[in-house]
Amino acid sequence: MICAYCNPVSTAGCINLFFVVPMIDQLTAALSSVDLDADWIGIRAVTETVTRRSLRDGLPQSNSRSTTRGAMVEVMVQGQMGYSATNLLTLAGLTAAAQQAYQNAIAASPWRIFESTPTVRPSVVGEYISPQQKPFDALSAAEINDLLARICKGLKVSDQIVQTTASAITTETETWFVSSNGSEVHQKFLLLGTHFSATAQDGAVVQPRSQNGLLAHSYQGGWELFPDPALWERVNRIGEQAVELLTAEDCPTLATTLVLAPDQMMLQIHESIGHPLELDRILGDERNYAGGSFVQPEDFGNLTYGSPLMNVTFDPTVSGELASYGFDDTGAPASREYLIQSGVLQRGLGSLESQARLGVSGVACARATAWNRPPIDRMANINLEPGDCTFDELIADIEHGVFMETNRSWSIDDQRYKFQFGCEYAKLIENGKLTKTLRNPNYRATTPEFWKSLAAVGDRDTWQIYGTPFCGKGEPNQLIRVGHAAPVCVFQPVEVFGGAA
Amino acid sequence: MTQLVSNQPKISSKAMGQQWLGRWESSFNELANALRSQLQPQEQFTLRLVAETSQFTRFNRGKVRQTGSVRDGELRLSWIIGQKTSDRALPFTTENETDWPTLLQAIAELRQEVPQLPDDPYLVVPSGAATSRDVHTGELLAEAEVVGTLLPEVDGLDFAGLYAGGRSIRAYADSAGQQHWFETDSFSLDYSLFTETAQAVKGIFAGSDWNTDAYRRQLAESKDLLALMAQPPKSIERGQYRTYLAPAAMADLLDMFSWGGVSEAAIRRGGSAFGLMSRGEKQLSPRFTLTENFMRGGVPRFNSLGEVAPRQLPIIETGQLANSLVSSRTAKEYDIASNYAVSDESMRAPELSSGQLAPADILQALDTGLYLSNLHYLNWSDRPQGRITGMTRYACFWVENGKIVAPIENLRFDESLYRCFGNCLIDLTNRVEFIPRVGTYGNRELGGIWTPGALVEAFTYTL
Repeated sequence: MICAYCNPVSTAGCINLFFVVPMIDQLTAALSSVDLDADWIGIRAVTETVTRRSLRDGLPQSNSRSTTRGAMVEVMVQGQMGYSATNLLTLAGLTAAAQQAYQNAIAASPWRIFESTPTVRPSVVGEYISPQQKPFDALSAAEINDLLARICKGLKVSDQIVQTTASAITTETETWFVSSNGSEVHQKFLLLGTHFSATAQDGAVVQPRSQNGLLAHSYQGGWELFPDPALWERVNRIGEQAVELLTAEDCPTLATTLVLAPDQMMLQIHESIGHPLELDRILGDERNYAGGSFVQPEDFGNLTYGSPLMNVTFDPTVSGELASYGFDDTGAPASREYLIQSGVLQRGLGSLESQARLGVSGVACARATAWNRPPIDRMANINLEPGDCTFDELIADIEHGVFMETNRSWSIDDQRYKFQFGCEYAKLIENGKLTKTLRNPNYRATTPEFWKSLAAVGDRDTWQIYGTPFCGKGEPNQLIRVGHAAPVCVFQPVEVFGGAA
Repeated sequence: MTQLVSNQPKISSKAMGQQWLGRWESSFNELANALRSQLQPQEQFTLRLVAETSQFTRFNRGKVRQTGSVRDGELRLSWIIGQKTSDRALPFTTENETDWPTLLQAIAELRQEVPQLPDDPYLVVPSGAATSRDVHTGELLAEAEVVGTLLPEVDGLDFAGLYAGGRSIRAYADSAGQQHWFETDSFSLDYSLFTETAQAVKGIFAGSDWNTDAYRRQLAESKDLLALMAQPPKSIERGQYRTYLAPAAMADLLDMFSWGGVSEAAIRRGGSAFGLMSRGEKQLSPRFTLTENFMRGGVPRFNSLGEVAPRQLPIIETGQLANSLVSSRTAKEYDIASNYAVSDESMRAPELSSGQLAPADILQALDTGLYLSNLHYLNWSDRPQGRITGMTRYACFWVENGKIVAPIENLRFDESLYRCFGNCLIDLTNRVEFIPRVGTYGNRELGGIWTPGALVEAFTYTL
């Protein structure tokens, strides 16, 4: 491995030999030099480089690159896990962290909520690397700025467009995990997120429109994903639709058939399936922050969550989806599992620890946002599997309804029960046809009632993959990346409504 | 070229945390000075530091769920060449033999990258001669004492939450010679207590000096409130109800002003709920006066350009928009005066002025309606119109004839700030309370919101 932190202009030089040894060997060396009477010790090191370029109205808003690196040492002793995280990746730094983690575990052990055993940290050796065809250095800073400037220009289809934005974010994350029971895992994630939006204004009427919602185009891969062949048509359409919304009618207030596009299904799945199925919420760990869940432990294998058309998977194997991986951050190997099958709840989103505590089955989903936060139960890729109706067939069957696209507003209670979501753009459906454009479309419902109202599911041609880097949860707080793929879906009836009078 | 060689002797791991704390300021100053010596013609820079040591202990059911420590630091270097700029964020370890080569590597990269970039017409370069040094040392619990001090006091209670404590640094230096250092010890215990039927009360115990007696007093208040939650919750039909919003609930609503509210850039570009106020089409109640007030301390006054905000800046005065928050970048774009806001033009030290309502008279003044202690998951449901949706959470009650009848099943509200803080605002309490910010995304947040409670007419509940 090349010493990434030395360079020809440095006269200070890289005097710390620690950086010239491959990371996995550094961690193994640190592990073997720790002298603690512990049941289990693990070290997870992470380096991450994120390059963000964003333009507003064709002018540079920011060009930045952040690099973070550090490690978390976990020590299990007297049935309690303690952790300590440091960005000082030297032998001294890591062994000091191990000592501190040990002390933390000892202090908490008499008050532990459950007795940990090393079975919650399985021994595993493996590697995962994101698919990528065109590497991040294939486009220069100048080329990326130029592309984003042209997108801004393309979005400004009229003087009524008061703001355009375009941004691209590349992320390169590497994690290494070693443990006293022989684990050695290396994972390398290559991520590309792009976003653009236009805001149209006419006096007090303001309407934003964006590429499927904030950074919804977040994927594993490289510049082969962007610009894609349909980009310029999409840019023009988003600008035109922002202006179109200025004179559109408000979404009416009534209970009617609701059709959701995959870019809104992403949010719907996330908030009303993903979060309530997290086992740590059901266990109560999360009650002081994100909340609990209306789902009870005895519901797994029994609860009718939604209509028989509903099939939901935890799927870390979808190539290019944002949260695909080989192993979670405790080393548990990840595989595709049904969470809900034919409408019936099968398993939850919970780590080996949560599964042991609650006595229900889960998935490999103990994930941490960075080296400085401990793994907790998270979503990864949570997908709604496609059905067999074409888009035209879905719409043709609807006498009256509203088709909504792209999340704009989201809010749900702490048990994941009563929600209200708003979208950027909608079309009225009348007698089997999409007719007028509607603005300020919103809908509200309760989770079980809503999923039981799932009346039709689109086929694979309507199925689209999106992602978001902004799932917030945990104490201390963590943001994590999740992917959600879904077809177009039909729900009936649902309360829909418009903006303020 | 400045040579930075650390001659620190190898030290024992036990002493390392303390040693590291002692080196923060000198390491940062050395790096800033070394950067100044690197400058070539046309080059300028700003350097920011966010660093902290933290103890994080998470509780559930009165026991420990997770416990750990974090030491972290991040330098953010903005490099300016002429009218172009780019940033680098890099680890700050205090070991300058590690950090300086990393910074040099970053400068080499920046000198390659910046000339390729388009000109930034709204670029603000560092100027001025502001310096400050602000150090608050507290008395925090030792890491090993946290669990043993906190948990015996909640024995037998279903207690969940997070203790987060440690030292925080915010620092700044630039090529113009400006220099700021802000360092503070702080802790927060953000907790909930639950009844057997999952009804709950919320509390935050925070400060710079741990005081076990004060902790016990606060818990006693929470337990009293919890006793009120024992009866079965009442289901409330959707509709409009007279409502008391306690200070913690008000803090959630006021927080929305920092996301598409007070920002001048957002107002100019259609992204603000304050557009209506700014154009003079709507205003709030004359009872509503909001100030950005740094007089109470707790947060740094300098921003990412080293500029120091005024000690007090009126935002809304008796219901009228007095000042939006204007960063120097926005000021340059629109040719207006800066008030040295942070780059996202959010509020750092909001204080809502008190009203006339005495706390002892709240229930009587409410008469019949809803008493809301906390809110949850707020979002704009129609931002240009100032409409906010969210949920009630924790100790929320149905009140009849000035008496608490029962806790409620949680309700969704959807209401315009122009109504609830406009004609529908009946009064504010005569005492402001401090609601600390306890967020820990990336790092432990500092500061908080000073606010009274508010009594409002016909607050709208939709689900």
